[in-house]
Amino acid sequence: MDVKDNQQHAFPGDVHPTASGGILVSKLDDVINWARSNSLWPLVFGTSCCAIEMMSTASAKYDWSRFGFEVARATPRQADVIIIAGTIVNKMAPVLKRLYDQMADPKYVIAMGACATSGGPFFYNTYSVVKGADHVIPVDVYVAGCPPRPEALLHALITLQAKIKAGDKREKIVIEKFVDSN
Amino acid sequence: MLQEVAQKETGDLVINVGPQHPSTHGVLHLVITLNGETIKKVEPHLGYIHRSIEKMCESLSYRQFIYSTSRMDYLSAHINNHACALAVEKGLQIEIPERAQVIRVLMDELTRLASHQLWWGALAMDVGAITPFFHAFREREVLNDIMEETCGARLTMNYMVPGGVMFDLHPNFQSRVKDFITLFKSKLPEYDELVTGNVIFQNRMKQVGFISAEDAVSYGCTGPTLRGSGVSCDIRKHHPYELYDKLQFTEPLETGGDCWARYLVRMEEMRQSLHIVEQLIDNIPEGEFQAKTKAVLKLPKGEFYSRVETARGELGVYIVSEGGLTPYRIKFRSPGFSNLSALDHMARGQKIGDLVAIMGTLDLVIPDIDR
Amino acid sequence: MNREELQSAITALNADITFEEGGEYLTANIPADACRDIMQALHNLPAFEMDYMFCLTCVDWKTHLTMVYHLESRKHAHAVVIKSKLDRENPEIETLSDIWRTAEFLEREVYDLFGVRFIHHSDLRRLLLTDDWEGYPLRKDYEDPINMIKL
Ligand code: SF4
Repeated sequence: MDVKDNQQHAFPGDVHPTASGGILVSKLDDVINWARSNSLWPLVFGTSCCAIEMMSTASAKYDWSRFGFEVARATPRQADVIIIAGTIVNKMAPVLKRLYDQMADPKYVIAMGACATSGGPFFYNTYSVVKGADHVIPVDVYVAGCPPRPEALLHALITLQAKIKAGDKREKIVIEKFVDSN
Repeated sequence: MLQEVAQKETGDLVINVGPQHPSTHGVLHLVITLNGETIKKVEPHLGYIHRSIEKMCESLSYRQFIYSTSRMDYLSAHINNHACALAVEKGLQIEIPERAQVIRVLMDELTRLASHQLWWGALAMDVGAITPFFHAFREREVLNDIMEETCGARLTMNYMVPGGVMFDLHPNFQSRVKDFITLFKSKLPEYDELVTGNVIFQNRMKQVGFISAEDAVSYGCTGPTLRGSGVSCDIRKHHPYELYDKLQFTEPLETGGDCWARYLVRMEEMRQSLHIVEQLIDNIPEGEFQAKTKAVLKLPKGEFYSRVETARGELGVYIVSEGGLTPYRIKFRSPGFSNLSALDHMARGQKIGDLVAIMGTLDLVIPDIDR
Repeated sequence: MNREELQSAITALNADITFEEGGEYLTANIPADACRDIMQALHNLPAFEMDYMFCLTCVDWKTHLTMVYHLESRKHAHAVVIKSKLDRENPEIETLSDIWRTAEFLEREVYDLFGVRFIHHSDLRRLLLTDDWEGYPLRKDYEDPINMIKL
């Protein structure tokens, strides 16, 4: 890990040294984002093959709890991030939308695998597959692969953390829109 | 509305489980009618992952369609590919080299092991023990690494092609598989100690989800589900393909018909698979790994049906060919579909908490059911 | 029973049965209206005892639909394929779900994807697709300009 990465993971703010230690000056927003990004609780949501790779990521060898993801929740009301692991079909789409609506803000979405990104192997000549989960709910991070390797999913999770730390959170966009329309 | 009326009149409660529910192993939707805690009826609603694979295959060539089948029962990806390759080979009437046969059998059995490992971990997790899940995945990763070296993929391998297998074995394959056998042999007693011998686990399994032999046959159950009711049905024994008639293994049978019997059958199957792998791993013949086939495959007019034993039961691939480049119609007889249809029968009269155990021992893979 | 014996025994059931040449299994074409009686006999008579239906499906031949049943006897280890031609406009056939219970779900699937109506089926609804789905997608002339992207 180089210095820059290290800084990314460190607590936000600048330390001003004083005789008895130091004073940390930081922005509350940054602190909140830092806290959020390090404890993302994923929803247990897998529709097909990619779910197995998600389970691999959760289990002993890859162990996503190293990055603060271990508290997988079975109910959307307690989850922060939904990892769409698998194909979404027309019959499932309203369910996915509903799950997403039930999650409390702030919420994030990772589209795992070719299917969730674009329909993947089921793009042509299928009558029931939604060609990408972003037709149903907004997606923050896309992961390529069929199925993506656990490392790829871990990378996506870290990317999501970086995105949150950078302050690109969705409420901000929603609030701006809200202000505009009023 | 109707359900509400029924509720008022009889005091029954109708609840929904799924499609997003951790114990359904995917997106299965069950409408359960309860009387108190006792299940009166379970009605599965399918289609939440119906990806129209059968329609899609009608526009894919005989080389291409095999790849979409590894996405069906992704835990037995090799065996699915194998079934399709067999059906196409039946049409083309080609013999595949012996080396390819051995490789195929080896891969099938390793896949079966990996699938059963995952089933074991997931079942234990369903009934409330979370540690076995991590144990199971630890050993499964070793298998995944072996697969990755040879096939280039961890899950959806696409390794078997009409005429043989796609690449030759990786030079490390033999030694790594042997290491795995030693490792897994030391771990299996640990599995037994951790879960099989556990009294709480046994109480949750015994006398739960009973199905008699006649009913199981009538529902079309296959694989460990039927063997748990004492009916011999292993396709590897009854309709042997590749080398299975030359290999030594026994088909585990239990007569209990309950979850516990199904559990024991699967545990024994793991040992048998290890035994098969042991017989073959030192005797991989030299030679070609793929028969010579044309670049573009064309099946003659006719119908071809192949049957194989996956980790869940009998998989059938039915190809109707009109002599063209693509199948005219293709049907996958998936084991999970028939096993699921018996769920209602098994669950009636049981407590709602046992439903999870019953579904766990059926080992459902939903994309395999919905296709 | 071997193939020839099976063929003559099945012929004895109904005079209208024709057989197809070749194929892996013995294939019999039966008239749709006699389907249920023949199937009942295949299941019940001790000579056949076809207790296991391992596949039930349908094929769209553009001019007509064909129901295909794969039956096997666990005891005698013989198998047979039964086919039955159906009218494409108004496909109807008796259900077999009380003979082989696995047929209940399989018939629902065929109803869903091909639109074959099974008479006396206890619960004939769509299985895989949503209830308001229009058309039968596995038919050859199925068009869906919204969902289907043709290659
Ligand atoms: S991207 Fe591939 S592995 Fe993932 S759900 Fe789709 S088909 Fe399965």
